[in-house]
Amino acid sequence: MREERISLSQSGGYRRDSESQPPYLYPEYESTRLRAPGRPLVILPHTLSELTGPVYGHEKVGTLDHDLTRQHVGEPLGERIIVTGRVLDGDGRPVRNSLIEAWQANAAGRYAHHGDRHPAPLDPNFTGAGRCLTDSEGRYRFVTVKPGAYPWGNHDNAWRPAHIHFSLFGPAFATRLVTQMYFPGDPLFEHDPIFQSVSDPKARQRLVSRFDLSATEPEWALGYSFDIVLRGCNATPVENHG
Amino acid sequence: MKPGSGSTPSQTVGPFFHLGLLREDWSRLVKLDHPSAIRIHGTVYDGAGEVVPDAMLELWQADANGHYAHPEDDREGSPPEDGSTGFGRCGADDAGHFEFVTVKPGSVPGPGGGESWQAPHINVSVFARGLLKRLVTRVYFSDEDEANAADPVLASIEDPDFRATLVARAEDGGYIFDVHFQGENQTAFFDV
Ligand SMILES: [Fe+3]
Repeated sequence: MREERISLSQSGGYRRDSESQPPYLYPEYESTRLRAPGRPLVILPHTLSELTGPVYGHEKVGTLDHDLTRQHVGEPLGERIIVTGRVLDGDGRPVRNSLIEAWQANAAGRYAHHGDRHPAPLDPNFTGAGRCLTDSEGRYRFVTVKPGAYPWGNHDNAWRPAHIHFSLFGPAFATRLVTQMYFPGDPLFEHDPIFQSVSDPKARQRLVSRFDLSATEPEWALGYSFDIVLRGCNATPVENHG
Repeated sequence: MKPGSGSTPSQTVGPFFHLGLLREDWSRLVKLDHPSAIRIHGTVYDGAGEVVPDAMLELWQADANGHYAHPEDDREGSPPEDGSTGFGRCGADDAGHFEFVTVKPGSVPGPGGGESWQAPHINVSVFARGLLKRLVTRVYFSDEDEANAADPVLASIEDPDFRATLVARAEDGGYIFDVHFQGENQTAFFDV
């Protein structure tokens, strides 16, 4: 007899956690005005299309891809840091073997991107892009330098707080997440509409990493912890022993 | 982190996502010489009708037999014969244009996993500067009239013109799927 599988699609799928998420239209963030959809979203039931998602093999991630300080001949300038944490679902379960992609400005606040016109120096030893897979406990680790704050044209004297961009897939199409990690105590938080677009203060705090002495490596790099929580699902998927 | 805690908020990809997300070309889900390769291309427009060069699209789709390369799709069937993972990613160019090469997916089960079937479709995420979270839409195919008419997701959209924004037009060996963030021709976007 084949064991009955509790299917995600019969359980209602992934929980919507809209209170934690920013709106599409946030007028203080100028670019949302012409890009936020005007018509209401169509509610999509979670079918096999949303409950499945890209699965990555180890072969695509190189052993040094997580270390942004070792991609060139010399070492990048700036404050060397370790960014580490766990990727969890909304029920605290680890998200294993999942691809994380990250990108950031250099220590001077300049991206190695042709579109970045900020007149701060480029660093020939820093590209600012990395990736890694979470381990069996959902843990990940990047080595990089602390990015600088940078100005942008959103409003008069607008500066982005220092941040690292993170991209995650999680187990399904429904759990795809692109976010930004910030550093604790940044005085620019209150002036940044991208950070402020998240209205719930508790949710906003989940974007801020924590200085973590235990992740710090003596005489080498400061450590920051940043856990990332993806959406939870309505039922525990059961292994199929058919 | 306590169980039942809220999720991490989404934030925009910003204008410089190419650095981290487009180091490899993932716009070809199958080889160009694949016997059933199709081209899906289009342009992204903002609310002023201007093209959006700093946008990125991701595709997630079943193979030609309607199977997703994912453990949740545990139906008995053959593994994808085209070697594709079903995932694609393409950044818009300076003219807001993107182009994928893939195969048309088969039909997949509908809501509840039971008797209903969905017409061939590709799941799409759109990212851009100015989008605090991704937009989700679907590409259906204009030469699948019968299947489209029976599709439960298309049927949930009452306005026929709005529904039609999800159907890519067949045109010389390819399909055109434009994305409009706002306005009269706004694409239908989903709350996933
Ligand atoms: Fe940035």
